[in-house]
Amino acid sequence: MKIGKHKVLALVALGAVTLTSGCDYVENLPFEVPWGHRSEELGAPGLGMQWIKNRGHWRALVAANSDVPEPQPPASADGPAAATIYQNVPVLGHLSIGQFNRLMVAMTEWVAPDEGCTYCHLPDSMAAEAPYTKLVARKMIEMTIRANEGWQKHVADTGVTCYTCHRGQPVPDYTWSNIQDRTIPSKMVDIKQNLPSWNTAMHALPYNPMELFLEGDQDIRVTGPEALPINRRRVMTKQGEETFALMNYISKSLGVGCVYCHDARAFERWDFSRPARVTAFYAIRHVREMNLDYINPLLPIMPEDRKGPTGDMIKVGCATCHQEVYKPLFGAKMLADYPELATSGKSAEAESVAESEEGNADTGLVETAQVME
Amino acid sequence: MPQYYNIFTRLQVRAPVYPGVPLPKGRLPRIGKGGYPWFTYWIGKVGDTQIGPLYLGFWGLTSLMAGFLAFSLVGLGMLASVSWNPVHFLKFFPWLALEPPPAHYGLHIPPLWDGGMYLIAGFFFTMAILFWWVRVYVRARDLGTGTHLAWGMAAAMWFFFNLGFTRPLLMGSWSEAVPMGWFPHLDWLTGLSVAYGDFYYNPFHMLGIGFMYGCALLWAMHGGTILAVSRFGGDREVEQITDRGTAAERAALFWRWTMGWNTTMEGIHRWGFWFAACMMICGGWAILLTGTYVDNWHRWAEKHHIAPVYPETGVRDPLAEWSGDDGNWRVYPYLPADEAPAAASEGDSQ
Repeated sequence: MKIGKHKVLALVALGAVTLTSGCDYVENLPFEVPWGHRSEELGAPGLGMQWIKNRGHWRALVAANSDVPEPQPPASADGPAAATIYQNVPVLGHLSIGQFNRLMVAMTEWVAPDEGCTYCHLPDSMAAEAPYTKLVARKMIEMTIRANEGWQKHVADTGVTCYTCHRGQPVPDYTWSNIQDRTIPSKMVDIKQNLPSWNTAMHALPYNPMELFLEGDQDIRVTGPEALPINRRRVMTKQGEETFALMNYISKSLGVGCVYCHDARAFERWDFSRPARVTAFYAIRHVREMNLDYINPLLPIMPEDRKGPTGDMIKVGCATCHQEVYKPLFGAKMLADYPELATSGKSAEAESVAESEEGNADTGLVETAQVME
Repeated sequence: MPQYYNIFTRLQVRAPVYPGVPLPKGRLPRIGKGGYPWFTYWIGKVGDTQIGPLYLGFWGLTSLMAGFLAFSLVGLGMLASVSWNPVHFLKFFPWLALEPPPAHYGLHIPPLWDGGMYLIAGFFFTMAILFWWVRVYVRARDLGTGTHLAWGMAAAMWFFFNLGFTRPLLMGSWSEAVPMGWFPHLDWLTGLSVAYGDFYYNPFHMLGIGFMYGCALLWAMHGGTILAVSRFGGDREVEQITDRGTAAERAALFWRWTMGWNTTMEGIHRWGFWFAACMMICGGWAILLTGTYVDNWHRWAEKHHIAPVYPETGVRDPLAEWSGDDGNWRVYPYLPADEAPAAASEGDSQ
């Protein structure tokens, strides 16, 4: 068979084009990652720590997270404090009246754009301790300020605002609550495992690891530090499955793979890990604090339709803020426009006073709940 | 000229119905009378056209009964886990499992609905396999053949019993056994690997994988060779072990030309048998040593210079900083809490 030189050249050129088309990087040849994906090297060469992104999914995420609201026109920090004008403003009373009203407008836009002010205030008495949504909102403001002030190792100076989770809805998407896994009572003990779930990336693993790790404080570390089992540790395979389930949840929540934090050859080794793992270490404890100190205490005042199926709170997890993005809203620095949420504006002495007052505030909550019932 | 091929056959070879050699005294009768054994055209596409006779016997019968019981118990456990809803059973079947008891029961007998069913199902499953092994052995002896198949199966049983019985026993907890379910047993394996420091660094796992891929390679080499020389009568492998005709010579020559050496018509079958058996023998050791003798396979591989060295990232464990603990007293970060004060005073006295 005789093929002309030109045909050979044309075939070679066609082959080369096929081979290199769709390459994002020189090292990212099309046969290395699936079609329609691109990958990014996260570790030392040879480790295969590839962050593989599905382009279509990535574009959808960018579209869903690019709709950050325009900041409200800035307000002056001068002017009388809100507490001197309004009654009953224990958390934000130190703000100037301008800042206070600006934040109220922003919060309405972020959390209850359709419902308006009356979602959290009684129209005839804005200062009243009702409806319950006002008490929830106050607790959530405290939680936001605490995050920005005390958890910089997690949220950095990007910080969080109400919008980071709420995105224009009174109840954010991507929340979690405890699951009742059987509708008909059965003698079989609930193992809370082996049903398909987004939380575990569809693995047959414990499907509510958040309950164990983000509300409970079960130890995440399951891998022994020594080659030989000289230290009689009691960690076993089932606990490995639970940790594995949590890791799947974090991975799904952040839209990243294992290697965004870990070197998969030895997941437990910190000296092989990426700095993102340290952020995640603090993040897990931060989420735990949010659920235990800010979300769960609200249970007595919550109406039934705002509780989970087992009557517990609808809680915060990694996905609540991140919403499948490694940095919520791709790192949009909303907090910079809202310094009101960055600090409680109280000195350390005032904090201790506030803490003792907090007890009173809590009893106030319960009383209100009783009134409402 | 009509040629005989499986699948592509235009011609089926049919001998008269063959009832088999007489059974030894005291054996139960074979199944089938009248029109049984019979011939089937379609099964002849992939093998012999004759179906039967089947010998079940005592061991076959008990094995099937135990196996059926185990199978049913697993199914019942799965069904109970979806509120006895048959639609959910089918819909979620890949995710469902009969799980071993939780770790806190150790080696005690747990309640029926908290892992007890797993132990019962596991017991009957084990019995079914043991009885089937006896059956394979006895069938071979009754036919006057060697017992190679029984010993091949024993290698797989070594792996199986280590997974479900010996290792849980050595670890002191039935919870270490494998869940009986499709996806759950796969995810269990990942959980096991995570908890014990990455199975890829487990040398017996490495060997097992090597033998497994080796099996596939040997099968492909052997199957390809024999099919290629069957036009010279190479499919009569066994006769050609001693009586080498042109087919055997050409097959051997092919491999000598290709890689300088060949095994023999007999030797290739020993290679296949031992690769398959070694896969299970090594796999069995891989399971048995995990957690009992080696706690973290990656650390073990580092210690023995098997794991390659890559640049460190400089990240440090934030736990000590978080818990306000300088880490000085801490011999191992996983020391149980009740032993911590003793370790601390020990550190102080030094």
